[in-house]
Amino acid sequence: MLEVRNLVVERDSRIVLQNLNLSVANSEMMNLTGANGVGKTTLLRALCGLVQLEEGEVLWNGVPVQNDLPEFYSNLIFIGHENGIKGELTPLENLQVDRLIQSNSSKIEIREILESLGIGKLADKPCHFLSAGQKRLVALGRLVVSSAKLWLLDEPMAALDVRAQKCFLEILNRHLNSGGLGIATSHQPFAWKQTGIVEKHLEPGGVLK
Amino acid sequence: MSSPFMAILVRDLTLVGRNPGEHATTTIIFFVVVTTLFAFAGNADLSLLQIIGPTVIWVAALLAAMLSLEGLFKTDFGDGTLDQMLTSPCPLSMLVSAKVAAHWITTGLPLVIVCPFMGILMGLDFELILILTATLGLSTPVFSLIGAFGASLVVAHKKPGVLLSLLTLPLCVPILIYSASAVNAAAAGLPITGHLSLLAGFFVLSITILPFATAGAIRITAGS
Repeated sequence: MLEVRNLVVERDSRIVLQNLNLSVANSEMMNLTGANGVGKTTLLRALCGLVQLEEGEVLWNGVPVQNDLPEFYSNLIFIGHENGIKGELTPLENLQVDRLIQSNSSKIEIREILESLGIGKLADKPCHFLSAGQKRLVALGRLVVSSAKLWLLDEPMAALDVRAQKCFLEILNRHLNSGGLGIATSHQPFAWKQTGIVEKHLEPGGVLK
Repeated sequence: MSSPFMAILVRDLTLVGRNPGEHATTTIIFFVVVTTLFAFAGNADLSLLQIIGPTVIWVAALLAAMLSLEGLFKTDFGDGTLDQMLTSPCPLSMLVSAKVAAHWITTGLPLVIVCPFMGILMGLDFELILILTATLGLSTPVFSLIGAFGASLVVAHKKPGVLLSLLTLPLCVPILIYSASAVNAAAAGLPITGHLSLLAGFFVLSITILPFATAGAIRITAGS
């Protein structure tokens, strides 16, 4: 379970998020919508510890994450706005590195993962030859490479075609069924039928509705 | 490739291997060209080259080692792979050390290997070449460590260029001084074990402290 209490985050000495509270229970995925520049990405990065908090705390299973960062990170997969993959490396090599620097890695072969994402044929092609959607799929492969419980995803569906979106949905479904949770930002309400989705809207100033 | 350290080391070596023009070759070409230019400018006056040779080789190596620092964390910052390292349960200092090791293998080590040839070009004695190479072998890892620390402070800067050199070069000065005096002492026939021990001390000191300082700096600079 993820809980956020009285979160205050500043960017360039401007308060982006003020006294934000939220909680995500197990088997729940928060679909966070909001206007451009309202602070969705900042919120996700703050939760990951990539942006410093001015005030407030983030609790993982009731324990402030600052108390045991490695433990929190071993339960976390973060996929940011940038895919976090190297263009010179192949999808296979990229995910191999991810598997080794994340813990909780699953036993599934990476080739199989890429196959199930529909990009098996591209496994040995350098990533800079891939389209934006295909690169996004490689990044989403991380969700299968590791069996971490908490997902923080910044616009996971960006650039994905319908088939790839269904692929993501399947992975998400499995994640929620096994008690996983997370937050995903998006620009529209979740379009697919899926239990466990909680719609939230971020208003300017960090008000969550 | 089984531990996180090896994963990042092998990854960075592979990246350089697939993109050799970017910095690995620049470093070594810069070093060779600068040293050769001095040899030409010295009017083939062997006695002059023998005097300035060690200094020229040393300064050229130091500047060459600084050339490729800018991209050390910046490219990872830009494509989001740094975020993955920051949210990894492995200690960031370990991943940073892997990156520094890869940087040394691709820039420092080639300098050490080419150094004897540049020594021959400058007409140095065999013994002097050996000592020069030994000092470079001890100092180039320190350059990579100090350089990585400097690079970590300017991760989020768009064009750190001169700022990075201003941050790192002064920290390299003590090493430059002891290496140069080792070579001078050897030329005068004095023992140099003291100099080499001090250089080894610098190496041990920086490898124990700087990866942690670098990791701490990255957490702050990448998040602001």
